[in-house]
Amino acid sequence: MKLGYFPGCSLHATAREFDESLRAMAPRLDLELDEVEDWACCGATSAHNTNHLLSVSLPARTLAISEAQGHESLLAPCAACYSRLAYARHALEADPSLCDPVKDAIGREPPTTVQVLSIVRLLADLAPRIREKVATALDGVQIACYYGCLLARPAELNDVGSVEAPTAMEDVVKAVGATPVVWNQRLECCGGGFSLSRKASVVRLSRSIVEDARAAGAAALVVACPMCHLNLDFRQKAIARRSGERADMPVFFLTQLVGLALGMSATELGLGRHYVSTADFVARLSGQEGAAESASEEIKEVG
Amino acid sequence: MARIGVFVCHCGENIGRTVDCAQVAEACGSFPGVVHSVDYKYMCSDPGQLQIKEAIKEKGLTGVVVAACSPHMHEKTFRKAAAAAGLNPFLCEMANIREHCSWIHEDRARATAKAIDLTRFIVEKVKRNQPLVPISIPVERRALVIGAGIAGIQAALDIADGGREVILVEKEPSIGGHMSQLSETFPTLDCSQCILTPRMVEAFQHPRIKLMTYSEVESLEGYIGNFAVTIRKKARSVDDELCNGCGDCQSACPVKKIPSEFDAGLGKRTAIYVPFPQAVPNIPVIDRERCTRFKAMRKGKKKEVCGRCLKACGREAIDFAQEDRLITEKVGAIVFATGYQLYSIGEEQPREHLSGYGEYGYGEIPDVIDGMQFERLASASGPTGGRIERPSDGKEPETVVFLQCVGSRDPQKGIDYCSKLCCMYIAKHTMLYRHKVHHGRAVVFYMDVRAGGKGYDEFVRRAVEEDGAEYVRGRVSRLYRAGDKVRVCGFDTLSGEPLEMDADMVVMATAIQPQPGIESLAQKLSVSYDKSGFINEAHPKLKPVETNTAGIYVAGACQAPRDIPDAVAMASAAASKVLGLFSNEELERDPCVAQVDETTCSGCFHCERVCPYGAVEHLEVRDRGGNLIKVIAKVNQGVCQGCGTCQATCPSKSVELLGFTDAQIFAAINSL
Repeated sequence: MKLGYFPGCSLHATAREFDESLRAMAPRLDLELDEVEDWACCGATSAHNTNHLLSVSLPARTLAISEAQGHESLLAPCAACYSRLAYARHALEADPSLCDPVKDAIGREPPTTVQVLSIVRLLADLAPRIREKVATALDGVQIACYYGCLLARPAELNDVGSVEAPTAMEDVVKAVGATPVVWNQRLECCGGGFSLSRKASVVRLSRSIVEDARAAGAAALVVACPMCHLNLDFRQKAIARRSGERADMPVFFLTQLVGLALGMSATELGLGRHYVSTADFVARLSGQEGAAESASEEIKEVG
Repeated sequence: MARIGVFVCHCGENIGRTVDCAQVAEACGSFPGVVHSVDYKYMCSDPGQLQIKEAIKEKGLTGVVVAACSPHMHEKTFRKAAAAAGLNPFLCEMANIREHCSWIHEDRARATAKAIDLTRFIVEKVKRNQPLVPISIPVERRALVIGAGIAGIQAALDIADGGREVILVEKEPSIGGHMSQLSETFPTLDCSQCILTPRMVEAFQHPRIKLMTYSEVESLEGYIGNFAVTIRKKARSVDDELCNGCGDCQSACPVKKIPSEFDAGLGKRTAIYVPFPQAVPNIPVIDRERCTRFKAMRKGKKKEVCGRCLKACGREAIDFAQEDRLITEKVGAIVFATGYQLYSIGEEQPREHLSGYGEYGYGEIPDVIDGMQFERLASASGPTGGRIERPSDGKEPETVVFLQCVGSRDPQKGIDYCSKLCCMYIAKHTMLYRHKVHHGRAVVFYMDVRAGGKGYDEFVRRAVEEDGAEYVRGRVSRLYRAGDKVRVCGFDTLSGEPLEMDADMVVMATAIQPQPGIESLAQKLSVSYDKSGFINEAHPKLKPVETNTAGIYVAGACQAPRDIPDAVAMASAAASKVLGLFSNEELERDPCVAQVDETTCSGCFHCERVCPYGAVEHLEVRDRGGNLIKVIAKVNQGVCQGCGTCQATCPSKSVELLGFTDAQIFAAINSL
């Protein structure tokens, strides 16, 4: 299956491992990723707070190029990118009077056909194929699926199931043999883009997420958003200082978890780029004595 | 040759101000066939009517046209006058020059010209009118009441006390409906069962009420005054003649852990059971889905298993071989009173447009219950004997949070309407709780309190001022488990602040919905319903208990959310309508119904497909030798409502609506 691919800025910067793991995993699931040429910023967080036309035009341009490249579906792994791209499609359909100004702004016909896909929806739809190709089953491993705010909301852009009780990420986790835990904070806010400007708020919010996942017995958190990953992984040390616990809750991108189950190495999946070590988790998966050390060696190398 | 009389009315100033009535009368006098044309200030007055009567006699009129107000207003008046003078009433018609002319125009000259046109139109039609005789239909003076909750019981008792026989059908094993589950009732806090049980017994013992419990309406044929209803009497597996209700079978039954429907899932029952001790009739029924013996039979086991109830029964009343029976009864009128059910917050929904509450965990937290479950907890006959104990661990809850409008007024979940009773019963719940748990906190999250009704607002105030209920204006966004508590995340819109609190138990006032399956029953009865499944009344103000099908009436919560006083009032209203219908042996009907020309009908049955009332039947035409020649359409005059859809549809022009034939309508149109 050939898919348009929109990495967005995060996947080329703070969330490089999201991009690496996705590209590494794709061929194993018979996915061909065709990056949108000359893509631009999706406009997340700043554009829609300042200028509505700009906030629609920026993603509309990328979508229009994607259509011109012949993509039926465009994969936007970052939750914020997904939200902006899907919003642009929705806004242009809901309000036809936007089409002319957007056309003027981007210098081409606004998009009308391409379907925006989140990574969660894509993998949930591929769950049967993933189940077939699992090499290292994560049998019984307890995983907390964290959606955050942008994957499920707003309702009209949601492609992960119910707004209040989505299940798509859990479906993927089940497909790799792991057990999704029942916990309370999977839709709460992690603090998002305030990671730099209001660190204290982010630490407070993300702390309750990590603690609730731990209380529910999770061995790891799984996310599908670079901002969530940043706050839960990078900020975990600060969280641990407050709570007095150890910063030992690994936070995986969904693609990394699927990659592990498909038998890919820590290096391929960019696990060394995390701040919270994933070595123990990976070692327990392979279930070998001394595996922890070799895994941590491998992970160190990359880091 | 037609001899038409035209009578133009001024209606005081109503018509006369804008229309020159004398000029209209003069112009009409020159129409071909018009032999008499006059105007008068008030045609509907006695002297006005006298003019019509005298003209009919003196001028030998063959038709009368009264140019005045809408026929809805006075057609009956003038037809009665015409009939008194010996003219067939259907030869008298009205031209509406008030609502259709004088009231809506200002220019006197043009309005007068239009009034002349409108009158000419009717004159041309009346020239071709045929005398018609009202259809009289015999009335089967027995009624069917569907649903034996408080509405059905009340309607049945009123009809039976009025001297007519009633068949009262209930799909559950006992009559009583939801009212029998309630603890106390607002706004008086009197015991629900104490006031209901005597009515149940009265219905059971009434010589003119035939009770059919554990039965459902299978199909309906016929029309007002002459319905034939087929009722499925489901197999109880217990002979109701032999059983004396001793209860030995229930004690013997080994399957004891079935969630009791009567206790809203909080209590347990056996596989052979009576729903509750005061059940009427006090005859058990075997739940074949859960009975060990029937389960084994379904799996194809030859050996007869269990059978302990059979051994325990001293009267040999247990009958495993009993089958459903279909019984057909003739009735003249029907009262639809199937009641309500509570909306489920779970993922599974009975109707496609509904969705549950994921944010409340789809009701998977055991200490989150609905209003009916709280009724059972508070009821002396309930699973806890009236002690307030929470379901998870049986502890007495110290803090109970009540959520109003769960489902109701939430278009996102598919329900736009207000369920009307919840404000009242939540206030009642806070009082019942505080009367039993004096140190407990009762916190209510509400959108606004709607307590319209006699003594209702006073009741809510009492809950707040005397019984200490804490009302928080705002919605709850999430519920989740926090240890052995339920974390309630909400928003106080009066202080403008988010609010989080831990509750020991949460009670949700879930929306009132019609019973599942009401749509298919309504279709069987040709009764219309709204998008939520509630039965439509014939007119929202003036015909609140009639349905769009003549002879079928509606009462109680199947029409809209209704509390007990409303349901009882509706039931009595429906009963009085039924008794009014039954006050005559024969029913007179407007003869303006469709008629099929047997010689030209080709039997294509387009008319049957378009008829909204199911009035078209098949008629076999045979020669003298009894050989079938053709099958053609025949209109049942009792069912036909005279809408004319068949007439417009018939490709061979073989259907005519009497009083509105093509010849009449085309002649009228051609006159313009």
